Amino acid sequence: MQTIDLQDTGLRSLNQMLHDQAETTNQTVWEIDNPKGAHAIACGLDAPIEVVVKGSTGYYCAGMNKEATVRIKGSAGPGVAENMMSGSVIIDGDASQYAGATGHGGLLVIKGNASSRCGISMKGIDIVVHGNIGHMSAFMAQSGNLVVCGDAGEALGDSLYEARLFVRGSVKSLGADCVEKEMRPEHLEILRDLLERGECNAKAEEFRRYGSARKLYNFNIDNAY
Amino acid sequence: MCGIVGLFLKDKALEPQLGALLTNMLITMTDRGPDSAGIAIYGNPETGRSKLVIQSENPQIDFPGLDALIGDRLGAPVTIAPKDTHAVLTVPAGTTQAVRAALAEHNPSLRVMSRGDSIEIYKEVGLPKDVAARFDLPHLSGTHGIGHTRMATESAVTTLGAHPFNTGDDQCLVHNGSLSNHNSLRRKLRREGMHIETENDTEVGAAYLTWRMQNGATLGEALQSSLSDLDGFFTFVVGTKDGFGVVRDPIACKPAVMAETEQYVAFGSEYRALVDLPGIDTARVWEPEPATVYFWSHADGPSETSKAA
Repeated sequence: MQTIDLQDTGLRSLNQMLHDQAETTNQTVWEIDNPKGAHAIACGLDAPIEVVVKGSTGYYCAGMNKEATVRIKGSAGPGVAENMMSGSVIIDGDASQYAGATGHGGLLVIKGNASSRCGISMKGIDIVVHGNIGHMSAFMAQSGNLVVCGDAGEALGDSLYEARLFVRGSVKSLGADCVEKEMRPEHLEILRDLLERGECNAKAEEFRRYGSARKLYNFNIDNAY
Repeated sequence: MCGIVGLFLKDKALEPQLGALLTNMLITMTDRGPDSAGIAIYGNPETGRSKLVIQSENPQIDFPGLDALIGDRLGAPVTIAPKDTHAVLTVPAGTTQAVRAALAEHNPSLRVMSRGDSIEIYKEVGLPKDVAARFDLPHLSGTHGIGHTRMATESAVTTLGAHPFNTGDDQCLVHNGSLSNHNSLRRKLRREGMHIETENDTEVGAAYLTWRMQNGATLGEALQSSLSDLDGFFTFVVGTKDGFGVVRDPIACKPAVMAETEQYVAFGSEYRALVDLPGIDTARVWEPEPATVYFWSHADGPSETSKAA
């Protein structure tokens, strides 16, 4: 295991070391001490390595992640796992706004609460939040799954495309064109798998499913001013 | 983008370190706001006395003899303690308006940074570390304080455009964001008799809160009504004689992190600003909710945590 003290090494050197790891690296586990809320820790990784950040992070931790597993042993600032392609990011604490925004793939697990705009414009990422999520989450979400074990804030799934939203608790309000949908066996199966991979012991049967009513897909003259 | 820091002490033992702790937080926020910096610190009120912090472009010329001159006009003792471009005038309680008028008459180029019983505001153009050094901020003591690092968007980079803004005795405001209805609101508030010095959006926000409180609102009520009357983006931290409050607009895209321990309540635009506070690793750390007013006050007891509205 490689242990890096961020205060000694500096952010650019750390990220360069992580970027230098090839697919076949033997240095598969990295531990980062003293993150102290720094920005862009472990951004742009592209190798099947595991990075454990021992503390809280600032903006854009694990952004653009491919293949790597990043574990944050604290809370994450805005834009964690933004535009993730694959791999996984697991946060022990809370996540600030726009967690997992525009993510194309991979798994983002938030064991605390997520703030506003969680999964905004998600394009295939799976997000599992053990706690609550803030307002405008999954805005314009295109595909992927957002699982919320707690409550959702205002305007959930506004202008949604084809992402699936599963919420166990209350939803303060649904955004435009987002509706509750029937939970069919295939959805329960997807949800069970996500809960298991998301290290969450909630029961799939306790969730409701929300999705797009698909009424914004085509121009409707009645909506014109 | 701007940076905000705030520290409300519950533990009196930390009071001598308030300036040092806040300065460290402020300097950490340099890359959110490198063009100006300011701090409002509350502490050391003297019975029967109030304080004005004034600023001059030519302190060597303007400050000597000013205490005697203002003292003569008031017919009461006034003392002056210069600090770089700023000076603290200590005057009889209840005379801040009279002093302000006398200063304006005597030398209109003098600027009033703050007035009140315990507030002192120091702010200048420049990097936070340089501003802190000019005013020896690390050695200030007090009960609570607010700091701001500015990256200007809505008005010029000047001393008066820097935060915090003080528009009423012991009241101040710092802001991250931008208000879009500040011109119309400034006209309205000026018609209502509010004194607004600059074209800065935040000063209008501060004057709005003061105006509401002059008309009978509590700070909590004033902050609550700001959510409907102010248009734009804002994370506000306000200071009063007894404490500080936090409110974010309903969209809440301007960041905010808070931490609370037995010793203090702290605010930072980012968690980075809080990492060197004592006991931060075991503090309760959270993000204040959008459109929700928070307030902590020494007047309510030593460890009151409450949503004010």
